[in-house]
Amino acid sequence: MIRLEKRPQPSRLISALTPVIAVLLTMIVGGILFAALGANPFEAIRTLFWDPLFHPQFAAYSRPQLLVKAGPLILIAIGLSIGFRAGIWNIGAEGQYIMGAICGAGAGLAFYPSESPLIFPLMILAGALGGWAWGMIPAILKTRLGTNEILVSLMLVYVAETLLGSVSTGLLRNPEGMGFPGSRNFKQWDAAHNAEIVSNTGAHWGVIAAFIAVIFAYVLLSRHILGYQVRLTGEAPRAARFSGVKPARMVLFCLGLSGALAGMAGMFEVTGPAGQISIDFNSGYGFTAIIVAFLGRLNPIGILLAGLLMALTYIGGELAQLMLGLPAAAIQLFQGMLLFFLLAMDVFTNFRIRIGQGAKA
Amino acid sequence: MDLSSINPILLVASIMVSATPILFAALGELVVEKSGVLNLGVEGMMITGAVVGFAIAVNTGSPLVGFVAAAVAGAALSLAFGLLTQFLLSNQVATGLGLTLVGLGLSSLIGKPYEGIKSPTLPKLNLGPLSDLPIVGRMLFSHDIMVYVSLALVVATWAFLKFTRAGLILRAVGESHDSAHALGYKVVRIRLLAILFGGACAGLGGAYLSLVRVPQWTEGMTAGAGWIALALVVFASWRAGRVLIGAYLFGGVTVLQLNLQAAGADVPVALLSASPYLVTILVLVVISAVGKHGAPASLGRPFHAAS
Repeated sequence: MIRLEKRPQPSRLISALTPVIAVLLTMIVGGILFAALGANPFEAIRTLFWDPLFHPQFAAYSRPQLLVKAGPLILIAIGLSIGFRAGIWNIGAEGQYIMGAICGAGAGLAFYPSESPLIFPLMILAGALGGWAWGMIPAILKTRLGTNEILVSLMLVYVAETLLGSVSTGLLRNPEGMGFPGSRNFKQWDAAHNAEIVSNTGAHWGVIAAFIAVIFAYVLLSRHILGYQVRLTGEAPRAARFSGVKPARMVLFCLGLSGALAGMAGMFEVTGPAGQISIDFNSGYGFTAIIVAFLGRLNPIGILLAGLLMALTYIGGELAQLMLGLPAAAIQLFQGMLLFFLLAMDVFTNFRIRIGQGAKA
Repeated sequence: MDLSSINPILLVASIMVSATPILFAALGELVVEKSGVLNLGVEGMMITGAVVGFAIAVNTGSPLVGFVAAAVAGAALSLAFGLLTQFLLSNQVATGLGLTLVGLGLSSLIGKPYEGIKSPTLPKLNLGPLSDLPIVGRMLFSHDIMVYVSLALVVATWAFLKFTRAGLILRAVGESHDSAHALGYKVVRIRLLAILFGGACAGLGGAYLSLVRVPQWTEGMTAGAGWIALALVVFASWRAGRVLIGAYLFGGVTVLQLNLQAAGADVPVALLSASPYLVTILVLVVISAVGKHGAPASLGRPFHAAS
């Protein structure tokens, strides 16, 4: 008879180990999956996790991509993790990301072709505001009327996607683009281009912002009263209320912060790696960031590492498509499996397995 | 704008068709939530059902076999959710989200070779004299069998929850799992069965989308239908009859906006395309403003017998 027994205290060791075990399990099951798809599993795993950094031919291109992909993932996941800790489920980061991109790009394009150095900071601000405003919709509906924030924030993703389609063929379309959908290309406009700060590292302003967000979140959660209130709200909502935490303020803060960070990520992406507003410039970072947040144990440092790992699977996935002919969706499945295994392993943080009858509790 | 191009008979008929997928998914989720489990993976199970149903129907040439396979696939995926949440006590919100992500990846992996293929579709039933009725016949009595199966399922779910002993036990588990456990009911087993039923229903809904409504496979074709089904359960305040009303209302909005787009209505296309999602938000807002009714008391709470 196998049964679970509650640990007197959550195990810190297991909590730190679960992501590692989950990654190993995902590699094993993923290897079986790749074998079923007709690829050599060992080669596939190596292509995913090793080649992006050390392949003699491709690594020079793919190494900078690591930071390019990790930046937005980390930035979004940090915002989400603070909400998740407080039990506030913003799963519409993809929508806030898109709105941040639209607002940021729109604010910049309004001043085209000005070369003022104020343009870029203005765009960052507009992007953050756009994401913040999009996150405020579920927040205000929740605090005023008690509407479920999960469903509203997700529905707003689809609304944001149709808006994106509309502005890239209408309002923000490049007037010199000969009628093609898509905005002006920011790479050709220095004042608004989110260029690499050190060439060939992939580090653009979004990556810097992500690192700042990690530090900021770390200090907030471990040193600041607000972070304490966030954790208290998540772990013991009643105790939080009695100690004077206003649940409504918590909702507004968490959804606003995650919205603003996602919006900034979108703005950095559209002015940098993506280059322009187009119908499908968004690539699902808002959803992958949910995995990143959990994989990082909702801990800022953990998220930093998880973001880098997830970025690695993105790049490795592209390489695997190129070299092994694995479909792109296989990587998406791989990432989803990772989250699944992580959640499955999570139980052993709070419970331990007892085999045999043992003493009945 | 030329509204006369919209044929009211065809409109009602197509509302029924477009409402059927979410009706299936929402009914399944209704039973799951009544047992006290919140499965946010409806979207993932639906799209997996859509692709598996499509693939099997194309390969066997029989849409009905496709539907059965879709139900099995949906249930299989929900089993993963059930094992994780019921035995390993994982967070239901996170696991449901994970299920959606897995389902989306899995479906586009399976579906790659099937893009752009036409599938065999379900024949319209001939209900004899009923189908020959002048207007009502074409509106209500000339659909394929799954439309009527979904309607029968509404009645069956309603009767099951309201009149049967098993339905009462299911609701007891959803209201207070500790009391149900103390009475000797197998909480985990009952919840697993409910989760499997929900998965099978979501699979059927997905297959209806890919085999009848569209009928084709395209990546991400559910486009939030699973999430809308989740919202419908809230809208219906956990009652089967209201799920039907909600699904048909929602189907109406979807069909109407498509018809308005086709008729060249003087409304921005983006607003029309977003309208199903906006209406869902609006409905959620209205429902929550009125106040919560009938959410099962143990909804989303994990259950561990020893603790």
